[in-house]
Amino acid sequence: MSAPSVLYDAPGPKARTRNAFYTVLFAIALLAALWWVISAMNDKNQLDWDKWSPYLAGTEAWTTYLLPGLQNTLIAAGLAMLMALPIGALFGIARLSDHWWIARPAGAIVEFFRAIPVLLMMFFANEAYALFTDIDRDIRPLYAVVTGLVIYNASVLAEVVRAGILSLPRGQTEAALAVGLRKGQLMSNVLLPQAVTAMLPAIVSQLVVIVKDTALGGALLGFGELINQARPAQSYYGGNAIATLIVIAVLFILINSLLSWFASWLERRLRRRKKGSGAVLGTDMIEEQAPGMHLTGRATGENTAGGL
Amino acid sequence: MRFSRVLRAGAVVAAASLALAACGGGGDDDGGNTGGGGGGGGGAESLTIGIKFDQPGLGQKTPNGYEGFDVDVATYIANELGVEAENIEWVEAPSAERENLIKRGDVDFVVATYSITDKRKAEVDFAGPYFIAHQDLLVRADETSITGPDSLNGKKLCSVTGSTSAQRVKDEFANQVDLQEYGGYSECVTGLESGAVDAITTDNTILAGLAAANEGKFKLVGEGFSDENYGVGLEKGNTELRDDINAAIQKMFDDGAWADAIEKNLGPAGFEAPEPPEITEK
Amino acid sequence: MFDLFSEDYDILGAFWVTVQLTVLSAIGSLIWGTILVAMRVSPVPVMRAFGSGYVNIVRNTPLTVIIVACSLGLSTTLGWTLGGDDFDESGFRLAVLGFIAYTSTFVCESLRAGINTVPVGQAEAARALGFGFLQVLTLVVLPQAFRSVIAPLASVLIALTKNTTVAAAIGVAEAALLMKEMIENESDAIFLVTAIFALGFVILTLPTGLLLGWVAKKVAVKR
Repeated sequence: MSAPSVLYDAPGPKARTRNAFYTVLFAIALLAALWWVISAMNDKNQLDWDKWSPYLAGTEAWTTYLLPGLQNTLIAAGLAMLMALPIGALFGIARLSDHWWIARPAGAIVEFFRAIPVLLMMFFANEAYALFTDIDRDIRPLYAVVTGLVIYNASVLAEVVRAGILSLPRGQTEAALAVGLRKGQLMSNVLLPQAVTAMLPAIVSQLVVIVKDTALGGALLGFGELINQARPAQSYYGGNAIATLIVIAVLFILINSLLSWFASWLERRLRRRKKGSGAVLGTDMIEEQAPGMHLTGRATGENTAGGL
Repeated sequence: MRFSRVLRAGAVVAAASLALAACGGGGDDDGGNTGGGGGGGGGAESLTIGIKFDQPGLGQKTPNGYEGFDVDVATYIANELGVEAENIEWVEAPSAERENLIKRGDVDFVVATYSITDKRKAEVDFAGPYFIAHQDLLVRADETSITGPDSLNGKKLCSVTGSTSAQRVKDEFANQVDLQEYGGYSECVTGLESGAVDAITTDNTILAGLAAANEGKFKLVGEGFSDENYGVGLEKGNTELRDDINAAIQKMFDDGAWADAIEKNLGPAGFEAPEPPEITEK
Repeated sequence: MFDLFSEDYDILGAFWVTVQLTVLSAIGSLIWGTILVAMRVSPVPVMRAFGSGYVNIVRNTPLTVIIVACSLGLSTTLGWTLGGDDFDESGFRLAVLGFIAYTSTFVCESLRAGINTVPVGQAEAARALGFGFLQVLTLVVLPQAFRSVIAPLASVLIALTKNTTVAAAIGVAEAALLMKEMIENESDAIFLVTAIFALGFVILTLPTGLLLGWVAKKVAVKR
């Protein structure tokens, strides 16, 4: 928050007292809720040491269950990201093509795959790989998970890319054409580099979705990702489901926060280098950019991706 | 242009990681699939066997390898087929995936609390049964009001999604029962411990494993209702392998290894080895 | 093969539960998401911290974990059944609560982006008229912000529709749970079963997207 915000006046003495009062009230309510949760967990023995000790004391649980799971999660997410980004960019650009026979099919494909749950696509891919290819069983769930993630997220990213390009000022295109650039040059030298900066927040929130969605492959395909690997851990340590869930949640939050942090670092770097084209992003009433940001101005009304 | 350089770098990384993944797959191939071709006909060097990973006492992944009654049975069978324990590759066989694993040839056979039913027999073949389990109820150790499936009216019952056992209780014994379904038994155990559910129902073997993993907290009601004939699931039409497995199971019954395995894995929950079942799937 | 609309499989009924889950969660997340965004831009630092902390934590957690935590944490441990008489009812309500908790973070982020699109002059003019923070937000900024983020909100809604499949993890009898059951019982018709459910979701989500896309164009603030 860049203080003072345009949404409210700089607080005077009266407002400051009022804000202090709200602060105290809100803090008390939060602490009360927290205390209630902890005491209830304590009542139900959920804070017992033997439920938590496998994760907090000793490495056995980590090396047997969690770390292999984490590794699989990261491999699947990494592969899916690396493939979904270029494919998504390709389809996003294809949808903007001047030739209807490129734009229409690309649009239809993107819309269709955005409408189907990822889980179904992973399942489909798994069956198809089993029937029509001789990919080994050990690696097949990974292939299926990555395929599902790539198809879905590439179509979402295609929308993000398209909206990002559409949000650029028309003058950029006109100026580029005026100096004699061809369409390919216009896209790769003028539009995409600028759009990437504007799209970054939306792209990152989609990358976070990829990391989380690897979990879908666990239950149905038997892909050994983090949540799936934690299931035998829970039964081995006597059903410590809540403790396990909390550990998993913390791990995911750490990974995704790291990803978001990296993205905002990258964004700052990109923006610094491209001084001047930052105008695309509009006036910043709020310091951070949020997903859906690319929607500013001209792109309003386009069916853009917020992505969950 | 800066951007295209970034793109190019990305493409290289993507290609590299794909190649890596492919290599990884190829490497695993050597260990995994040599046994698949052998079909278990005595000379197989390795076997791929589907088990449960999350059922203490039956098939449980532990920091020291895989443990449980199903694992012991599978190891014994593999030994009889001429495969050393260390050459067995264990694969997780979730309930919903068991037929598919077998039909695709992903595993040589499945030993995963796999009840022999007519519907399944239309798709896969079975050897055995190697054990007859009964559906039962697991309750808190101080519970007195639940004595059997008939006393469940108005009680809260937990089972896993897609399980037929919970539905059977509702249909045949207590139609007033309040049913909660979770993805796994660990969630049910948490509920039972905190009092949010009153009983967990499934095969008594699984329940015994859960009880043993939580010593002293829970007890089995012990009123078995329904018979579940655990069989070894295998590819349809492979009679040679089925006969070999049946012979192995019979030998396990006869030489006492079977009773020992039950005692070792399910004994802590007060489970005693019954008479071995008769092998019917021939 | 199996009988598609036999009594064993109530496909339409399962999709009806999916629709109910979606609609209730959508309404709830719209409300809670708006409150969250108000907190994130409010003058009170603690509320701002809570708002951004909540969004960052919940948004980065897999939905499966959140839904199971709602059931195991709220219902099993804290004893909240949300007034449900039995597990069917309370499971449904807990699932809706979980979806609201999760989806509202995306609503909040979209709205925050929407607030960015409102020209600074609008808020300045409102302040010049003597409006307080809540008045500026509710009377001037949010109405315009909402109109500019209908399209991303539509994407959030579509994603929510598909995410309701996760409710199967706590035994809510929606489409994905039925699909799992059918796959297990009818494993000879796997492709058909998945195709039916894929089609069901396409039927649910495509019109939503098209309709809201049209609405978005209709109400967009022309600048």
